[in-house]
Amino acid sequence: MSDFVSEFWSWLIIAVVLVSVIGCAVFLWSQSLHRPAGAVQPTGHVWDETLQEYNNPLPRWWMWMFYLTVVFALVYLVLYPGLGSFRGVLGWTAVGQYEAEVAKVDAQVKPLFDKYLKMDLRDVAADPEAHEMGKRLYLTYCMQCHGADAHGAKGFPNLTDKDWLWGGEPERIKETILGGRYGVMPAHAYMGEDTIRNLANYVRSLSGLPGDPVRIAKGRETYKASDCVACHGPEAKGNPALGAPNLTDKVWLHGGSEATVIETITKGRNNQMPAWKDFLGEGKVHLLAAYVYSLSNPPSTH
Amino acid sequence: MPEMQATYNYTVIRQFSVMAVVWGIVGMLVGVVIAAQLVWPELNFSPYFTFGRLRPLHTNAVIFAFGGSALFATSYYVVQRTCHARLFAGPLAAFTFWGWQLVIVLAAITLPMGMTQGKEYAELEWPIDILIAIVWIAYAVVFFGTIAKRTVSHIYVANWFYGAFIIAVALLHIFNSAAVPVTLFKSYSAYAGVQDAMVQWWYGHNAVGFFLTAGFLGMMYYFVPKQAGRPVYSYRLSVVHFWALIFTYMWAGPHHLHYTALPEWTQSIGMVFSLILLAPSWGGMINGVMTLSGAWHKLRDDPILKFLITSLSFYGMSTFEGPMMAIKTVNALSHYTDWTVGHVHSGALGWVAMVSIGSLYYMLPRLFGKPEMYSVKLITVHFWVATIGVVLYIASMWIAGVMQGLMWRAVNPDGTLTYSFVEAVKGSYPFWAIRFLGGVLFLSGMLIMAYNMVRTIRGGQRVDAPVLLPAAQHA
Repeated sequence: MSDFVSEFWSWLIIAVVLVSVIGCAVFLWSQSLHRPAGAVQPTGHVWDETLQEYNNPLPRWWMWMFYLTVVFALVYLVLYPGLGSFRGVLGWTAVGQYEAEVAKVDAQVKPLFDKYLKMDLRDVAADPEAHEMGKRLYLTYCMQCHGADAHGAKGFPNLTDKDWLWGGEPERIKETILGGRYGVMPAHAYMGEDTIRNLANYVRSLSGLPGDPVRIAKGRETYKASDCVACHGPEAKGNPALGAPNLTDKVWLHGGSEATVIETITKGRNNQMPAWKDFLGEGKVHLLAAYVYSLSNPPSTH
Repeated sequence: MPEMQATYNYTVIRQFSVMAVVWGIVGMLVGVVIAAQLVWPELNFSPYFTFGRLRPLHTNAVIFAFGGSALFATSYYVVQRTCHARLFAGPLAAFTFWGWQLVIVLAAITLPMGMTQGKEYAELEWPIDILIAIVWIAYAVVFFGTIAKRTVSHIYVANWFYGAFIIAVALLHIFNSAAVPVTLFKSYSAYAGVQDAMVQWWYGHNAVGFFLTAGFLGMMYYFVPKQAGRPVYSYRLSVVHFWALIFTYMWAGPHHLHYTALPEWTQSIGMVFSLILLAPSWGGMINGVMTLSGAWHKLRDDPILKFLITSLSFYGMSTFEGPMMAIKTVNALSHYTDWTVGHVHSGALGWVAMVSIGSLYYMLPRLFGKPEMYSVKLITVHFWVATIGVVLYIASMWIAGVMQGLMWRAVNPDGTLTYSFVEAVKGSYPFWAIRFLGGVLFLSGMLIMAYNMVRTIRGGQRVDAPVLLPAAQHA
C-alpha cells in the first residue's frame, strides 16, 4: 500500500531529499575551495574589544567524515525505503523483517512443541522439561494478570487452588487458554437494595462468613426463587459450563466483603480471559495448559 | 549620538543570571527526587508527588527554567556587547524576564496537579503555551531589534546561533502546541495519530537541536574565545557548520519513532540525516576546542575554562552517540532503555549545564562590579564535583541501558523470553542508585555555585558597563 494519495508527493519527497542530501556535499565542497596559502591571519573584524576570528581552512579529516555520511545516506536510500514510494533495491520492510524472524524461530522451536503436542496433557504435566518450558511461557504471557506466583489478583483467578470457574480438567484448561473466556454476572439492581443485602448475607453465609440471621433466611428464600439458581445452581455450587462460580467454597474472585458482594450483585461483573490460539499457536498453549494444570496437581500426586 | 554614550542594559541580565542558578537548583533537586523515587518507590506520595507528574516538572524546570534563563541572560549580554549597542526596547526585555518567570511558576503549579498536554517537553496546557509564544515573540523583537541597531557592520557568529535558536523555537513551539481547547485546563492536539507523533518529535528533537544546542553554541562562541583570550579558530568552519547544523537538525526527528507506525520512508530519512548531522555538530566542537590552541596551559588553573572546554568534550561525545543511536539496528537495542536517558544527560549535564555554568561564572562578577568570583577555588571544587557527577550518571545509565536492551531481547532455545520485564527492573536497581548519587553530586555543585554567587553579589555594585565604541576597523 502506498503512503501517498498521489504519486506527486512521492516525487516531491524524492526531489527534496536528494537535493538536500547532495546539497550538503555541494555546500561543503564550495566552502572548501578557499584554502589560503601561508600563515593564517585573523579576518580583521573585532567585536567587544578582543573578539577576533582566524580563518583556518576546514579540517580535512572533518570534511571527509562529512562526505562519508553523505555517501552513506545516498547508498542507504538506494538500498532501503526512503525515497518516496521507492521501496529500495533490498526490498526490506520492518514487517517483513519481523515476520522472517518469527518464522525462523517458529521453524526452530516447532519440533520441540510438536513432540509434546502428541502427548496427553497429563503426561506433559509430569514431564520436567515440559514443565520448565511451560513455566517460561507462563512468565512471558500470563504473569501480567495472574501474577508471577500464579496466585492471581482481584478479578484474576488464582491458578494454584483447586477451584475452577470453567473446569479444571487439563483439556478444559487448554480450551480456556485457546479460545478465551467471557464471564458475565448480570446486574441485579432492579431487586432493590434491601433484597440485595439479604442475598449478600446469605451468599456470605454459604462460605461460613458471619451475617444477620434474619437477612440470611430472607436471602435464602430470594436465592431459591430468583434467577440466581439458573447459573449458580440450587446448591450454589456453580456451573463450570457457564463459568458461574461456586459460592460455597470461600474463594472470592472480586472480594468477599459484604460491600463487595453487594456491588457484584447490584452492578454485575464482566470478566474476560483473552484467546491465545492465534497469537501463541496450539503447541505453546498445550504446554501452558499442562503447566497450569500441574500447579494444582503436582506430578507426584497423580 | 547620545545613546552611544549610554550603558549596556545589565539589569535584565542580572535578573536572568541569578534566576538561572536558582532554577538550576530547583530543577536538579526535582531530578534527584525522581531518581530517588526509582530506587525507593515508597517516595511516590500520591498523587501530586508521583514520578509521572514530577518527571515533566524536572524536564521543564531544567530545560526551560534553568537553560532558558541562562540563554536569555547570555544572549542579552552577548548581543549587546558584540553589537556595541544598548538592548533594544528595555521595557520589553523586562517583560521577557517577568513573563518567563510567570511561565515557570505556572508550570510548577499545573504539572504536579496533573494538567498536561501529554507531549514530552511540551506538556504545558494551552493558556501557558500562549503566554510562552507572546514572551518568545517579545524576546525576538528585543534580540533582533538590538541586532538592527548594531554599530558594527558584521554580525558576530554567536548571534547567528542565538538568532537561529530564537526563530526555530518560535516555529517549533507554535506548530507543535497547536491544540483545540476544551476547557481552561484541557485541550486536544490539532493533529491525530502518527502525524501527531511526527509533529511532536519534529518538535522534540529540534528542542534538542535549537534550544539545547544552537542557543548554547551561541554561548560557546562568545565565552570560550573571551575566557581563552584567543581568536575563534575558523570563521569558515563556523559558516559551514552553522548552516549545515540548522538545516540538518530539522530532518532528524523521525529517529525517535523507529519501528513504529511512522512510514518507513520517513524513518529512513530521519536516520540518514541524523548521521549527516555528526559532522556539523562536531564542527562546533572543533571550533571551540581549537580556539584554545596555543593557550592550552590556561586550562591548568582556570576553572571557568575547564567548565567550557569540558562542556565541549561532552558535546562532542553526545553528538557522536546521537547519530549512532539513530541507526535503526542500534536503536532496536537502545530505544526505551536507560541508554537514552544517559545520552540525554551527557548532553544536558555535560554540555548544556557546564557551558552555562562556565558562562555564568564569567558574567557574574562583571555584572556586579567585581574583578572575579568571590572564590575561584570554589569554582574548581564545583567543576570536579560536577564532572564526577556527570560521569557517574552517564556511565551507570549506559550499563543499565545496554543491560535492559539485552535482557529484553534474550530468548531461550524454545523461543520464550529469558527474562521477564521485572527482572530487568530488578537488575537496574544498583545503577539507578549510582545515577542518584551522580545527580546528588551535580546538585551539590550547583549549591556551591549559589553560595559563591551570593558572596560575590554581596557588597558588589550593580554596574552597567558603558557601551563601547566599535574597534577602529569598523568605524
